[in-house]
Amino acid sequence: MTDILPTLTVRIWRGAAEGRFEAFAVPKRDHQTVLDVVTYVQRELDPTLAYRFACRVGMCGSCAMTVNGRPRWTCRTHVEAVTDAKGELEIAPLRSLPVIRDLAADMTPFFEKWQQAQGRATGSRTRHEEMHPVDPAAPRRQAADAGIECINCGVCYAACDVVASDPDYLGPAALNRAWTLMNDDREADRAGVLKAAAAGGGCHSCHTHGSCVEHCPVGLNPSAGIAGLKRLSLLAMVGGKV
Amino acid sequence: MQAALFLAQRASALVLAPLVLVHLALAIYAIHGGLTAAEILGRTQGSPGWMLFYGLFVIAAAVHAPIGLRNVLREWLGWKGMAADLALAAFGLALLALGLRAVAAVTTGVG
Repeated sequence: MTDILPTLTVRIWRGAAEGRFEAFAVPKRDHQTVLDVVTYVQRELDPTLAYRFACRVGMCGSCAMTVNGRPRWTCRTHVEAVTDAKGELEIAPLRSLPVIRDLAADMTPFFEKWQQAQGRATGSRTRHEEMHPVDPAAPRRQAADAGIECINCGVCYAACDVVASDPDYLGPAALNRAWTLMNDDREADRAGVLKAAAAGGGCHSCHTHGSCVEHCPVGLNPSAGIAGLKRLSLLAMVGGKV
Repeated sequence: MQAALFLAQRASALVLAPLVLVHLALAIYAIHGGLTAAEILGRTQGSPGWMLFYGLFVIAAAVHAPIGLRNVLREWLGWKGMAADLALAAFGLALLALGLRAVAAVTTGVG
């Protein structure tokens, strides 16, 4: 029966920095996602294919790949929406990151830059004190809320042309995190965050191309956050704080 | 430092934008009017207005160009660090010196 089902031609990157695309024929199914296709290849055609996924529902941020030239979260990307003019798929690892093997990119630089931007909360209270009040209606809290749902998938990082051309650039995700911390009343080291985010390779390297906004699968706007960081760092400089 | 460079580039762009437009319009007007070099120099020499206009133009360009070039060198050639910054500072100073010399020649006849 399987040989009469319509099939999809998919070319998948094999190897690391050096490698080639290998073609596979995968049965077409209704509502099939790109991750379904990769999983089919690994389970039915070639068990040596390396790729990464976990939740399959767009929460964990581990399955991002380059699909027909664009970075996407593969678990929430329907094949029919992204096939090329010939109805085919080409799947590669995320751009601007080292490739471990096949479709698995090494996320280490991405998360190291996250730390470099001081994208981590510094608390001001201990467990023995009252919780810090958070007013959901406060404008700064709303600015933080607008950027807080990042799933760390690395799609914006791979989409960003500045990341591709300047290895020092921290990238949209790390700077978006710094921006949310700058707007979080509970953050105890905002001066430190701003200093890290506005240093060389930080927010001032952004050209506001907007590729991060265009590609973010959860609809965040890192460009706006980075513009906010630029504004805050200019105000801090004028005030003599950076 | 990054914030200062960012501010300097934006501020110099703000100054350059109207100056460039006036400069272009003026160049086209002067050519269409059929003015000779001597006639143009006759109008610019001894004019504090044109000295101020082109002096400001040269200063803003000398600030603006090296900062933009710094990004181009970093992103396209991967050249960065102290050597690159010194070379760009020298480039900015050269623009300033050559530009101010030209302004002096056109508005005072000296240089």
